[in-house]
Amino acid sequence: MTDRDVLVVGGGLLGASIAWGLARLGLRVVVLDEGDTAFRAARANFGLVWVQGKGLGKLEYSNWTQASAALWPSLSDELKRETGIDPGFSQPGGFSIRLTELELQRGVDAMNTLQGQPNIARYPYEILNHRETKARLPAIGPTVAGSIYSPLDGHANPLRLYRAFHAALHKMGAAYLPDHRVERISHQDGAFTVEGPWGTMSAGRIVLAAGIGNTRLAPMVGLNVPLVPSRGQIIVTEKTMPFLHHPVGNIRQVDEGGVIIGESKEATMDHHRPRTPVTAVLADRAMRMFPIIGELNVVRIWAAFRIITPDGFPIYEQSRTCRGAFAVACHSGVTLAANHAFTIAGHIAQGEIPASLSTFSSERFDVSAAA
Amino acid sequence: MFRRLPDRQGDLVTFTFDGTPLTALMGDTVAAALLAAGVTRFRTTPVSGAERGPYCMMGVCFECLVSINGRGNRQACLTTVEEGMQVETQHGAATYSTEISA
Repeated sequence: MTDRDVLVVGGGLLGASIAWGLARLGLRVVVLDEGDTAFRAARANFGLVWVQGKGLGKLEYSNWTQASAALWPSLSDELKRETGIDPGFSQPGGFSIRLTELELQRGVDAMNTLQGQPNIARYPYEILNHRETKARLPAIGPTVAGSIYSPLDGHANPLRLYRAFHAALHKMGAAYLPDHRVERISHQDGAFTVEGPWGTMSAGRIVLAAGIGNTRLAPMVGLNVPLVPSRGQIIVTEKTMPFLHHPVGNIRQVDEGGVIIGESKEATMDHHRPRTPVTAVLADRAMRMFPIIGELNVVRIWAAFRIITPDGFPIYEQSRTCRGAFAVACHSGVTLAANHAFTIAGHIAQGEIPASLSTFSSERFDVSAAA
Repeated sequence: MFRRLPDRQGDLVTFTFDGTPLTALMGDTVAAALLAAGVTRFRTTPVSGAERGPYCMMGVCFECLVSINGRGNRQACLTTVEEGMQVETQHGAATYSTEISA
């Protein structure tokens, strides 16, 4: 245990971003990951760097998201410089397309409530009717009611982002160990020892970034990561000519020409295969938003599980009983990648999650004692 | 260039390639049927007009794109040939009927 400072359990986008952040601060990092058949949210990232609409009921989450979107240009530049891999980041502003007047009104109400929260960092957004939306997104269909636009929204290529994090980790000498599922964690004399069929390994600090696996692992070091089931489906079309130059909440055309569609949420962990009725709704809504999509061949459809806490907001926490053990869990691994790589990694390196982030402690889920 | 293995037998399917009738074995992919019929040029590229044919035969490389029953950009290696199917060379990019005004 003399040649490593911190074990990061989980090599997905969250684990990789934090591990890279720790390595660039000079810590010696080992990333322990499962194999190819693990549940991986990282294979279903939509790729949005998205601000609008987030933080209803928790203004700190809006501010946190805005901070990451603001840090993203630095993240993109540094990864590009270090690895030569371009994570495909751009921030041209994003649209939430509303198919009906009711949908549009609900969106307007939500933004009003969101930005009416005291102490929220307000950001610009626009409500656009059909004609105004059409002027900026000429490919929209005739029945679209309108849209909400925010200049802070952007997107990235999540596969290249993921690749860039891992390439940067490798370059810094951090070890990435696939097929190293962690079965048990013990804490003794200030050291954490992880154990699996592959053997054991120890270090003075441990970061749990194992997605759904965190629920099982966290209690071993005095932490708690409650999650609720949430399945999402994605449709990917063939590459085609550029027709959509801004990310839309549920549709985006990636820099290589393919179109990604996804907005479904099912409260199930039952099965891994896409369900046709859900796929049909996704496709129908996408075609109403952009009729050209109806002419494209679908290349692939798949489903994956989100990492969603009961209130939908992230968890960043250090164990009270096992100092040096941290749990991180979140859904928006692309949007928040810059915060995780720079800010959260910095806090973990310092050994303290500051009070300003205590709102993201899992203690908010504890049942309070009866009065 | 390609020969069928002798142990593959079965019902025949008739389809056309650029209007020419061809036969295939039921269950063939469009790519396999065309290759077996001696067709190696499936499309031309949108950029240089260079000729292309199947490369990976497993849905990854997108070199085998053809037009099938009027719809472009179909992956010949992932599509099972059917009786009466009209397959055509794809010249350059696929075309769409939806107009996108700038």
